[in-house]
Amino acid sequence: MNIQAASRHTPQPAPEVGQPVTRNANAHHELSIRVRDLSLWYGETQALNKLNIDIYQKNVTALIGPSGCGKSTFLRCLNRMNDLIPGVSIRGLVEMDGRDVNAVKMDEVALRRRVGMVFQKPNPFPKSIYENVAYAPRMHDLVSRKSEQDELVEHALREAGLWNEVKDKLHQPGTSLSGGQQQRLCIARAIAVQPDVILMDEPTSALDPISTATIEDLMDKLKKQFTIITVTHNMQQAARVADYTAFFHLGEIIEYNDTQMMFSSPATKKAEDYITGRYG
Amino acid sequence: MQTNQIFMLFCGILLLMGLVAYFAGRARATGVRASGTAMYAQPDQYAWFAVLATAGPALLVSALGAFIMLLLGATIPVPYLLAASLAVAAAGLLVGIVQVRPDFHARQAIERAIRWVLVSAAMISIFTTFGILFSIVFEALRFFQMHSFWEFITGTVWAPGNSFLAAAGRADDAASAARFGSVPLFAGTFLITAIAMLVAIPVGLLSAIYMAEFAPRRVRTLAKPTLEVLAGIPTVVYGFFAAITVAPIIVNVAGALGLDASFNNALAPGIVMGIMIIPFISSLSDDVINAVPDSMRQGSLALGMTKGETIRDVVIPAALPGIISASLLAVSRALGETMIVVMAAGMRPNLTANPLEEMTTVTVRIVAALTGDLEFESAETLSAFALGLVLFAVTLSLNLVSVLMIRRFREKYRVNNL
Amino acid sequence: MSQSFDDISAQLRKRHRKSARLKWFSMGALGLAGLFLVLFFTDMLNKGLPAFQQAQIQVQVDYSEQASQIPLAAVEEEVRDLVSRGFLRTIPLRMKNDPELLGVQRSEWVLADGQVDQYLKGHANKLRDDARERVDRLAAEGRVALKFNTTFFTRGDSKMPELAGIMSAAVGTVMTMLVTLAIAFPIGVMTALYLEEFAPDNRLTQIIEININNLAAIPSILFGLLGLAIFINFFGVPRSTPLVGGMTLALMTLPVIIISTRTALRSVPDSIRHAAFGVGCSRWQVVRDHVLPLAMPGIMTGSIIGLAQAMGETAPLIIVGMVAFIPDVGASFTQAATVLPAQVFTWSGEPDRAFIEKTAGGILVLLTILIFLNATAVILRKKFERRW
Repeated sequence: MNIQAASRHTPQPAPEVGQPVTRNANAHHELSIRVRDLSLWYGETQALNKLNIDIYQKNVTALIGPSGCGKSTFLRCLNRMNDLIPGVSIRGLVEMDGRDVNAVKMDEVALRRRVGMVFQKPNPFPKSIYENVAYAPRMHDLVSRKSEQDELVEHALREAGLWNEVKDKLHQPGTSLSGGQQQRLCIARAIAVQPDVILMDEPTSALDPISTATIEDLMDKLKKQFTIITVTHNMQQAARVADYTAFFHLGEIIEYNDTQMMFSSPATKKAEDYITGRYG
Repeated sequence: MQTNQIFMLFCGILLLMGLVAYFAGRARATGVRASGTAMYAQPDQYAWFAVLATAGPALLVSALGAFIMLLLGATIPVPYLLAASLAVAAAGLLVGIVQVRPDFHARQAIERAIRWVLVSAAMISIFTTFGILFSIVFEALRFFQMHSFWEFITGTVWAPGNSFLAAAGRADDAASAARFGSVPLFAGTFLITAIAMLVAIPVGLLSAIYMAEFAPRRVRTLAKPTLEVLAGIPTVVYGFFAAITVAPIIVNVAGALGLDASFNNALAPGIVMGIMIIPFISSLSDDVINAVPDSMRQGSLALGMTKGETIRDVVIPAALPGIISASLLAVSRALGETMIVVMAAGMRPNLTANPLEEMTTVTVRIVAALTGDLEFESAETLSAFALGLVLFAVTLSLNLVSVLMIRRFREKYRVNNL
Repeated sequence: MSQSFDDISAQLRKRHRKSARLKWFSMGALGLAGLFLVLFFTDMLNKGLPAFQQAQIQVQVDYSEQASQIPLAAVEEEVRDLVSRGFLRTIPLRMKNDPELLGVQRSEWVLADGQVDQYLKGHANKLRDDARERVDRLAAEGRVALKFNTTFFTRGDSKMPELAGIMSAAVGTVMTMLVTLAIAFPIGVMTALYLEEFAPDNRLTQIIEININNLAAIPSILFGLLGLAIFINFFGVPRSTPLVGGMTLALMTLPVIIISTRTALRSVPDSIRHAAFGVGCSRWQVVRDHVLPLAMPGIMTGSIIGLAQAMGETAPLIIVGMVAFIPDVGASFTQAATVLPAQVFTWSGEPDRAFIEKTAGGILVLLTILIFLNATAVILRKKFERRW
């Protein structure tokens, strides 16, 4: 096994900056987010070191790596959720739609509308199921009439695969649902805003296996419309849902590869060791 | 003087007996131990048990005697009572010494006694509540024997000053009979409370929002204790401030606007009371807003909401039970506030909605009824207790509702420091 | 499907403005609360600081035979109505106590009348025009001046503003607080110990807990009613005394001490208790030797805060009659007394305008003590705060 693995580490032509080592033939390759030399510090501590990665539209990109390696921090750079933490400084380029996301002129609220997020723990608002979904589109003027709003809520809940379970109790509080249902409600909430990108920060780590499977199916379905970037601790999950996988280690991207290749014949020793469970 | 000396003598003898008990018990226990017998407890513990056995029952007997004298009105001569106590103490001393035996659990006995002492201390708070309740209810009932409860609750004229006329045989004279209709008092109380809340809730809540959501750390650590200073100022000081500084300002401003304001207007005590209550609301609301989990805020921001929208539509609704609970407590405090209204509001019951007019409150009338030279049995004095009863009932229910609401909030977000 | 950043930003402009408005409003609210505080303190300092100075007048005092009969004769006619009657009244007594004074003529700085004092401070006063002229002339000669007001700190209440002081009220406060602390501290700590360390989780315990929380929120005036009906009328405790006042305030302070003691006990981690149980301590020994010493700073802090609260309380004391006129410093717990806030209340009701500054002066003293107490509590907490 080890010998075989070692043999795979024959020097390959280095990929261009930010590009995956191997191309996934089935994946889309229109650029969604381009990251160049992105570094981030929490006060004095450097958490990200010169990251380069191109993320493609309408794919699922998984970020894996040992805990504390910066994957969540990186994810939160993409919609500037790190702004909320005092003492964070960022250098480098995160480009979306030809615009620098971190530019002073960039309105982070506008950014977050195009880059939605689903969190580790389901966090529905203390409102009704209906309101949880309808609230943001209404505020964003995406709907003007009550009927449109009803339609949008139904559409989002259907997309999230939750409609059949909640259609009779739309006006009960969102917190009355089970954990897996709550997480799907949060996904429906994110979909309803019609973003381009949905960031998922370990979306299933707080859920049971059945709910996890449901959400994985959902991700597979949603990637037809949205670019999905997901952080996961669970390598099987990355293998199941992702088109591309990036391996993070100590604040750097060690390997960015087609998921199949990443798990069958990783290009780097570190990724190989992590995937085979040497550490992590 | 005589009694005092006897009392000192009693205390001295008891102390002496305690000392004897300690050293005798200790010496005996040390002796037993020296003889090689294993004992359940340390010599010190036997000694303390002996002290306890000496002083405890004796003090109990004297306290019981004092209580019987007060409660049943029986007269037991003090020297006899104290002598009896000393006899009990002597008996206790003997028992304490005899009990110094290897097979006696002195430590357990002491700890049982300590436990009882602690339990009785804990019961005092219950007694206090019942004391308040009984003292008020009992005197209020006497008042309601003189004047109808219905008139008290629904009457719109409060004219207790005439109660002496009843004694002069002119009770039938409708114009001069004492009237105890509490509606104008409660109207005044509620109006002043409402003014206070109009000041305290917006300012307090917004301050809390600023401190919890916007303020940089340094401002926050400075602002919170500074606001608490407002809560630490004695109410009598606020009363003076309202009467001497705020009321004239209001009269002048009203005059400039062509309005006529009394120097005892309801606005001055209301506003000042509101200022006093600001930290109460801001501090509790700040805690509650901070207890709203950050994941709520992030969930909203990640949907492309502005910070203001997040606060208005997500944070505040989530914190609402706590905020309401804080406001109810604040209302209850404003209703029972005494010094500010005594010093700055009027004495004349006045049923009006105009805050520039003079009006009076429940607490003002309670103070007025109890500080004059009236005898305790008069209807006016007793009316204070009837008013107190209503005040007690209202504040108690507000507190209970508030406690229930905060408990619900706490269970929802599993925070324990509220 | 999706809009460009510019489109979205354009739509957001109004919403951003609203958000900013909330920020400014809330900042303004905090500023307003701060402004109240500043206004309040400036007002109190403005009104109260003059009370620490009192007009004195330099006069030729003639301790003659006649003066021991008619004190007015001791000073020149020109200043008779400008000198405090309080000073003149003491002349015969002083001459009786000190026979050597007879025949002495000397220049002394003596207390001026309250109206002169008010005139010098530029407040409204009842001096006649000719008296004002005389004061102006004396002031020009340096024979009338404002000097530090020792009377205010060394004397009791008086109907003459220039002689009124806070000493008797301060002593009354100390005695009342001693009673309060002697009752509330042991009972409060014992109750908290029972509830935290010994009580089983049953109905009775829950009732006690709810009851304590309620007690903390009952209006203070109702404690006054309790004191009046139970302590005075039922148990016959003498009215207006530090004893009854202290007992009443003790019941009021009890919940504060209980609640803070419980918090302090709870902050001692269970591992300490387990360790002590592990070496064979009984429950009481664990509490006495391990938990209580660790919780002590917290208990002290809570008690000081409770004490400060009780010290500023007036309403229940009015009901139990502690607003008496007390010119002399009290000596016993069963003599009529008054306390600082009650003294403030009494003075604020005096019609003489000179008492306004006395009231504010008393308030400043009261506030200084309270700030000192609270600062002590804060320092105590900072110093002994321990994170487990």
